[in-house]
Amino acid sequence: MTSILTNLFDGVAYGMLLFVLACGLAVTLGLMNFVNLAHGAFAMAGGYVCAIMVNRVGWPFFAALPLAFVASAMIGALLERTLYQHLYARSHLDQVLFSIGLVFMTVATVDYIMGSSRIFIKLPDVLQGQFDIFGVGIGRYRLMIIAICGLLTVGLQLVLSKTRFGSRLRAAVDDPRAASGLGINVPQVFAFTFAFGCGLAGLGGALSAEILGLDPYFPLKFMIYFLIVVTVGGSSSITGPFLASLLLGIGDVAGKYYVPKLGPFVIYTIMIVILIWRPNGLFGRTATR
Amino acid sequence: MTTNAQTDVGILARQHGRWHWSEFAFWIVVLAVGLAFPSRYLIMTEILRLALFALSLDLILGYAGIVSLGHAAFFGVGAYCAGLLSVHGLINEPVLALIVAGLAATVLGFVTSFLVIRGVDLTRLMVTLGIALLMEALAERFSNITGGTDGLQGIDIQPIFGVFAFDMFGKTGFFYSLAVLFVLFLLARTIVHSPFGLSLRAIKNNPLRAAAVGIPVNKRLIAIYTVAAFYAGIAGALFTQTTALASLDVFSFERSADLVLLLVIGGSGYLYGGLIGAAVFRMLQELFQWITPQYWMFWIGLVLVVIVMVGRHRIHAYALWLPNLILRQIAGRKAAVVLTDNEAP
Repeated sequence: MTSILTNLFDGVAYGMLLFVLACGLAVTLGLMNFVNLAHGAFAMAGGYVCAIMVNRVGWPFFAALPLAFVASAMIGALLERTLYQHLYARSHLDQVLFSIGLVFMTVATVDYIMGSSRIFIKLPDVLQGQFDIFGVGIGRYRLMIIAICGLLTVGLQLVLSKTRFGSRLRAAVDDPRAASGLGINVPQVFAFTFAFGCGLAGLGGALSAEILGLDPYFPLKFMIYFLIVVTVGGSSSITGPFLASLLLGIGDVAGKYYVPKLGPFVIYTIMIVILIWRPNGLFGRTATR
Repeated sequence: MTTNAQTDVGILARQHGRWHWSEFAFWIVVLAVGLAFPSRYLIMTEILRLALFALSLDLILGYAGIVSLGHAAFFGVGAYCAGLLSVHGLINEPVLALIVAGLAATVLGFVTSFLVIRGVDLTRLMVTLGIALLMEALAERFSNITGGTDGLQGIDIQPIFGVFAFDMFGKTGFFYSLAVLFVLFLLARTIVHSPFGLSLRAIKNNPLRAAAVGIPVNKRLIAIYTVAAFYAGIAGALFTQTTALASLDVFSFERSADLVLLLVIGGSGYLYGGLIGAAVFRMLQELFQWITPQYWMFWIGLVLVVIVMVGRHRIHAYALWLPNLILRQIAGRKAAVVLTDNEAP
């Protein structure tokens, strides 16, 4: 019984992490309809920035986390302005090729600078170990992840639904032409959103170094997970991707624990079945855009 | 009126279907290169195999407009099938084993085609990718059959027709692959110039309109996807037979991604695109690996990004500029190689 609860807890932490990693992609892929397979590269950038600051420069972990966000967001903004924005109107094939090319370049560059082995980030003592609540083992680090990601999710939902920027973004996504006719600076909104999504991925990358492992092949290894979150979750709100991440996280942890050899098999089968059943995702709109 | 239209289409199709002298030249050059560099059989065999694999993707991407990121699934099934047939001594004749392996991939292609034709681009991408990952996970799960990450052990390919034994320099392998590629190329050529092939192009340009003029869109897509799976399976089987290897990486994502890349380099939507792309891609890869053995991926990635940023059409126009200039000098103003403008919208 307690092992089930511990697994559930780990699964929730894993799912939350996946959500923070992938919610930027939910906007670019789900809302802006840009197939960005390079999303994991931004997450990896954040992870490595955090690792360098903590391990080499000696910053405290909690100070390096915001920096991971800022660094990834800046890289994202730079690439969006120079490269990505020219490709919004291109075919999906072009977008796939471009982002795969970007992934290949990132993998080789990081391998060149940082080496190909897995990197660990030194954690402060507060986050190490676990404690028991009613016999259920709760890892401190995972508890922190749930706290941070939970706050972020609530914040995101509020920003999207309550603020002026949120309504501008939704308008720009729903109908870019009408939105720009109403005086909304659509490219600016897209650029800002893209950068923010990359920043979140960077933060997720820094947080995930402990759990998912950080090495130059990170973007390729977890690409499918990010894509699953977005395609299964659908794109009408961030609730869809959030629930999909939780499902994926819990399913993956449980799969690895109970049927270790069938783990990935189960995940992919479920994904294909869901996509066949509802091509726009579990919580997506019914009409294709 | 209708008969006129039909005869017009028929004449047009027959004109396009006729062999151009440059096509004869292409195959003569291929054969000549094969004879001229006897010390390079292994890499040339690899190019032929890639070319066949690319031909398979071209059929669905270039002619039917289905973007696939999981074509390695069929390659892998073909490879493992050929390997298992050989290891267990079920079919010792390589040509027969090749066909059986191709048919195994065809079955998978037929079954999965129903999943692929549903939904739009993005769903297709995800489903094809998912199928390839699924096959990889399956192969890993049943590592007692597939040999897991170590690969199949003890593949021993018998002589072709009991006469031509595979030698260590890869001479037999090369001519065997060339023959297979040529036969399948002829078949593909017939397919794309048939009314069936024309209907595929109509579907690619506008599925809704194609359906409106009476083309059974889904049936056609299922058919071409299944044929493409057969081609990919044969390419995989050739891989196993010429290298005596079959390991988990036959299903890898990189294999599918490289395939899309090389098809784009060569140009999709005409059959020679995959063939030329395979040669160019393999040469580039060899060059980059020679410059930086560990970091060649960076340069491949850069090539991809540049191709997309500059635009595929423009790149092909640049590449054809010099040959066209020479052609015009020799054969007059009108002789020029022009790519048809029918890449994925």
